[in-house]
Parts: sequence; C-alpha cells; structure tokens
Amino acid sequence: MTAYLLRRLLYSAPILLGVNLITFSLFFIVNSPDDMAHKHLGDKRVTTEMVEKWKQDHGYDRPLIYADDRRGIARFSDTLFARHSLRLFLLDFGRADDGRDIGADIRQRMGPSLAIAIPHLLIGLLVYITVSLILTFFRATYIDFIGVFTAVALMSISAMFYIIAGQFLLGKLLHLTPISGYLGGLDGFRFLVTPVLVGLIAGLGSSVRWYRTLFLEEIEKDYIRSARARGLGESGVLFRHLLRNALIPILTGVVVIIPTLFMGSLITESFFSIPGLGSYTIDAIQAQDFAIVRAMVFLGALLYIGGLILTDLSYVLVDPRVRLE
Amino acid sequence: MISGQLALLISDYLIWSLTLIGGATLLLGLRNRLQRERWRMILSRPPAMAAFILLLVYLLIALLDSTHFRPLEIRQTGDPATSSKQYGTTEISLLDLLLNRIRLTDERSYSAPLALYGYSKEQVVTTTGNRRDYPRLKYGGAHVTDPANRNRDLLTRGSRGFGIALLILLPVFLLYRLMVRASRLSENNPRIAWAAAFATLAGLVLIGAVGYQLAGPYHLLGTDKVGQDVLYLGLKSIRTGMLIGVLTLLVMLPFALILGTAAGYFGGRIDDAVQYLYTTLSSIPGVLLIAAAVLSVNLYLDQNLTEVASLQQRADLRLLLLTAILGLTGWIGLCRLLRAESLKLRELDYVTAARAFGVADVRILIRHLLPNLGHLVLITVVIDFSGLVLAEAVLSYVGVGVDPSMISWGNMINSARLELAREPLVWWSLATAFALMFTLVLCANLFADAVRDALDPRLRGRQ
Repeated sequence: MTAYLLRRLLYSAPILLGVNLITFSLFFIVNSPDDMAHKHLGDKRVTTEMVEKWKQDHGYDRPLIYADDRRGIARFSDTLFARHSLRLFLLDFGRADDGRDIGADIRQRMGPSLAIAIPHLLIGLLVYITVSLILTFFRATYIDFIGVFTAVALMSISAMFYIIAGQFLLGKLLHLTPISGYLGGLDGFRFLVTPVLVGLIAGLGSSVRWYRTLFLEEIEKDYIRSARARGLGESGVLFRHLLRNALIPILTGVVVIIPTLFMGSLITESFFSIPGLGSYTIDAIQAQDFAIVRAMVFLGALLYIGGLILTDLSYVLVDPRVRLE
Repeated sequence: MISGQLALLISDYLIWSLTLIGGATLLLGLRNRLQRERWRMILSRPPAMAAFILLLVYLLIALLDSTHFRPLEIRQTGDPATSSKQYGTTEISLLDLLLNRIRLTDERSYSAPLALYGYSKEQVVTTTGNRRDYPRLKYGGAHVTDPANRNRDLLTRGSRGFGIALLILLPVFLLYRLMVRASRLSENNPRIAWAAAFATLAGLVLIGAVGYQLAGPYHLLGTDKVGQDVLYLGLKSIRTGMLIGVLTLLVMLPFALILGTAAGYFGGRIDDAVQYLYTTLSSIPGVLLIAAAVLSVNLYLDQNLTEVASLQQRADLRLLLLTAILGLTGWIGLCRLLRAESLKLRELDYVTAARAFGVADVRILIRHLLPNLGHLVLITVVIDFSGLVLAEAVLSYVGVGVDPSMISWGNMINSARLELAREPLVWWSLATAFALMFTLVLCANLFADAVRDALDPRLRGRQ
C-alpha cells in the first residue's frame, strides 16, 4: 500500500512537469516576454528601455531555458523556466502583475469557493441519487420515459441560463435572496442559497441520467435476481442491495472531484460575484494576468492528480476485492 | 438580379467540404444493407426523426450563411460616365441576402418584440413642439398609420401566413400519406416515424410562414442595444455555433483516431507515451487550458499579425484558432475509448489471423480495426457536438470565445445579461439566444441517444 502510494506520487512528478512545460511554452515561447511587455505598456511610443525595465521589474529578463553566460548550476537555475515554472513545484506562486502575492490570494479565496462547492456536492448527491432511484423503480414505464426526456432537456439548457433565471426569479422577482454578493460567517448563508440551488438544478439532468444508467446496469446482475427470488420487496432490493453496490462507482466518481472543489466554479462565482478561486481565475483571464493563470493551471493539475490517488485509495476502502499492490 | 463576386472565407471552405464529404459517405453507406437498417432504426424513433429534421434545417441555415460574396454595388453620381460598378468591400452571405428585410432595418436602440415604439423615452419633435416620449420606430411597424390598428394588422398578417402555410402543407401532407402507405406495404421493420417527420415539418412551415409575414414589417423578436434585429442576430449565430461544433470535431478526430488506435494496438512504449500525453493534458482543468491557449494565441496575433485584410477575415481566423484549440484539448475522451477498444480488438482471432498471414500493421489497423471502431467514433462525435455548442457561450462569457465582433449566442447573451436589471425587462435578446441554442443542443442530444442505441451492440435488445 505505502509502496503503491509512493509510486503513484513519483509517477505524478513527470505529469506535473509536463503541465509546466505546456504552460511554459504557451506563455513564454508562443509569446515572448517582449510581447507581454508591449501589451502591458500599451502600443504607442514604447522604447526599448521601457520594455527592458518592465521585464526587469517582473523578473522576465532572463533566457528561456539555458543561460549561456552563467556558471555551474546557475546556467539552469537562473532562467525563466526555473524561476517561473519549476518554482511552482514548491507551491511558490510568485506575484501577480499588480504585485500581489498569488499564494496569499489563493489561500484567502479557497474558503468562499468551498462554501459553495461543498453544499452543492452533498445536497446534490442526495437529490440526484434519490431522483434516479425513483426513476429506476419506475423503469420501463411512462414515468421513466418522461423523466429521462426531462433530464435530456435539462442537460440541453446552457448553464448560464440557469444562473440568469435563478438570479432573476429568486433575487429580483421574489426578493427571497440577494442577487449576488458574499459574506463570511453564518450571516452569509442567504448569499449561498441561490448559487447552490442553481447549481443543483443545472447539474440535475446529466447526473440523474448518469446515475440511472449505473443503477440499470447493476439491476441486471445476478445478486439482484437472487434477492428477488428470496422474496425481497422492490424497495428492499433497491435500497439494501442495489444502492450499496452502485455506491462503488458513484463514490469513486465523487472522490475524483473532491480536491478540485477548491478551484470553485468559474461562471457561478463570477455571476454571483463570490470572491472565490473561480472568479479569481476569470478576472485573471480577463485582465490577461498570465502569472495567475499559470499558477491556477498548476494548482488545478495538482488537485486533479491528488483526486486520482484518492480515488484509488477509496476503491480499497469501499470494495474489499480491490487490493493495491 | 443580384450579382457579386464569390469570396469564401476559410471556414466556409471547410464547412462546405465537410458537409459534401459527410453527405457523400452517408449516401454511399446507404447502399450497404446493414447501414440502411441502422438508419431505419434511428429514424423509427419519433424524437430522433424530429431532431434529425431540425438539425438539417440548422445545417442548411449554416451553409447558406457560409456562402460569402461581395455584392456588386453601383455608384451613381448622376452622370452616367462617372457612375461605376464595383464589388463591395465587405463580404455578405446568401443568408444575409435572404434576410435583407431584417438585416438593413436598424433602429436606434432597444425595442420590444413587435413594438411600434422605442424602449426608452427620447426627445420627439411633434407639430406642437418638442417633448420627451417614446419615439416611433423607423422601420418596425412603420406602415401602421394609426397605432390603434396594430393588433388588427398583426392578426391579418398572421392569418395570411397561416393560410400560406396550409397551402404549402397540403402537398406535403399528401406525400406523407403516400410514405405511410408505402411503409405499411413494405416488410421493413421498424417503420420510419413519418408522422413525427410530418409534424416537425408542419411546425416549421407554420412558424416560418407566420414569421415571414411578421418579421419584415415588424421586429418580430425586438431589437438590441444598437438597434439590430434580434431575430437576425439569432439566425446568424447558428453558423458560429455549428462551425464551432463541426470544425472542432474535425480537428480532434485525427488525434483521437491515430493516437488511440496506435496506443491500443501496438502497446508498449507507444502506449506509455500516449497515456502520458493524455493524462498530462486532462489533468489541467478544461476551461483553464482552453483559456490559457486562447489568451496566448490571441496575444501572439495582436502583436505579430496586423495586416490581415478585413475585420471579418480576422474574426474568421480567430474562430478557426479557437476550434483548433478546442480540438487539441478535446480529443482525450474519444482517445481513451478507442485505446480501450483497440486493446480488446487486437486479441481477437481475426486480427491474430491477419497477423499470422503477414499483413502489415498499418493495413490491419485500417482494414480490421477502424471499421469496428466506427460506432464509438460516431456516438462520441454526436455527443460532443452538443457540448461544444454550449461551451461557446461560456467561453465567450469568460472572454476567450469567438471574436467580439462575431455574431454568436455567447456574445448575444453576454451583451444582454446586464439588461435584466432594467425596468421594464429587456428579455428578448436572452430568450432568443437561449431558445435557439436549446433547440440545437436538444436535437443533438436526442439524435445522439438514438445513434447510440442503434450502434452500440451492448445496448441491443435491452430496449
């Protein structure tokens, strides 16, 4: 087990290095630091000195990967790749274009993201599983057919529609919740209602369809038939036998996304002006702050890989047949 | 007679050639009995049939909008000697030409659907002096002399459209009865859902005819902030949405096919390399990777490419790059599927036999593996298409979508969403964009379901 974990951790290093190489080539090779300087200084009357000054201020005045004029290890360490990309491995995210510390920003903004994401995940699991179990109970009837059709229709609606409609309905028409905003602590509860509710409805279609397929696959298995043969009622079959076994794929599907919850949702946070990591990313994209985008890409990859490892572990916990060697 | 000089954009060439190739493959495939049967299975389901027809209509509009040309303009200066004929500098499409009556009728600002007056008060000059009031629209309902008569005018025009629709539908209905009779006589099972086809066509013709009667003299769906007709914007967006969906698939297919089959079939080092590549790519959150790529490509374009001819060509280039990026980040799902399937297929007896006979690997891949992967490719392609149409809106909102000058649902939503705070509500832009997008995505999803049920052997007999 420990050996397996160690190997997985080691295996994730080249992946993270690959992620770094991708962002590095996107932001430093497709665009030279000169391009970036020109962009930030504006187009008109930019002298070479100003460009050099900007590059020096932001630490971009170095060679890309290999420094010819340095000695020893500095040949590799005093380069853009080492200073801007490899440094991310130490979770040192550097500074944004406006001089703020990205690491501090990230720590501060994780909370609001989680405040939306965790209720969404938990309530969502409960609601989606219940609805899809009901559909499974009524399988091959008109209720099931209508349910699946509704799920497909719900899936076909843009996520932005749900947000706009939710804000309009709850916030503007019924005056139940604030349209947007965020407040820490218990008082902030009312700010979370609309985003969580909207997220739940937006995910309803695809999740219910997915869970229903899982349940239907499971219901054809032999143990269900034998449970029925022993005279078990339909609800006993569904809740005691089917649900437990179907929980394995559901759980592992959920565990993967747990670490990425930190990242928040891009559009939900920006529509509801919640100061989480999702809106942080969007703001950075819109302001073309490449340092933040680089940091978020790396963080996202890191959390995703963490999720994969957690998934493997959860298999062992849930399914006694699985052993990690 | 309108004449002009054909001026196709790059994306026009791509979508036309793709449609022609796709259509030809489809028709050739119909000569095969098995293929015919599959299509019959798909089209025997009423929702799939309706979705198929609507998708064809969307495709037709996109194709009309992908035929750009420069119209011939006659500059008259009064003196015939100096009047000259000259091709215009901006490209318009066949769809633009068809929609001239709503394309060239810009108002000053917002106006509600079918309104006679503008949305907000302005200084209005009347015979008794200036006052602040809602101004009459320049084009919308300009023919109505007495505003009290508007509803009667709407009714007359609407019922005229209804009548025309009935006239068109009469022969269609006869054709439908003929088809039903023919399918009853034939032994083919399951029967094609002609009733759904007729119902969809009837609905389309009705909406089209009534809409045509009303859309010219009025702004059927209102106007937006700069006074453009919302119906026109919505219809123009169809091309953008379809292009994003179709061209992205074109980019991702070769990657997924080549890498997926090679990894699965050859295994070993190649498999390791491909797996490493897609694990790395998929570990980056999707929107972020796309955003990062689009940002850096756009910055590169801004700094290094200043002499691209027209605004439209520039927008077109950005659209192509966006589809390339979406394709380069989107091939992973299909590649995984293809790899897993190839792993299974390469152990099968007929592949072993082919190898024993000394058939070259590439030939085995093409002759024995690819035909057995077709259903996976088709299913994934149809499912991914709907996701891509939805993604366009989100990406445009994030600011890494299509060019802001390009008409798209994403841009429409983006510019209209702040107007919900107004009183009275400006809802028509949003509603149009969402409704048109919803129809396209729903059709694609319903069609994808039918395709999957018909092609996936695992699902056979379960339905």
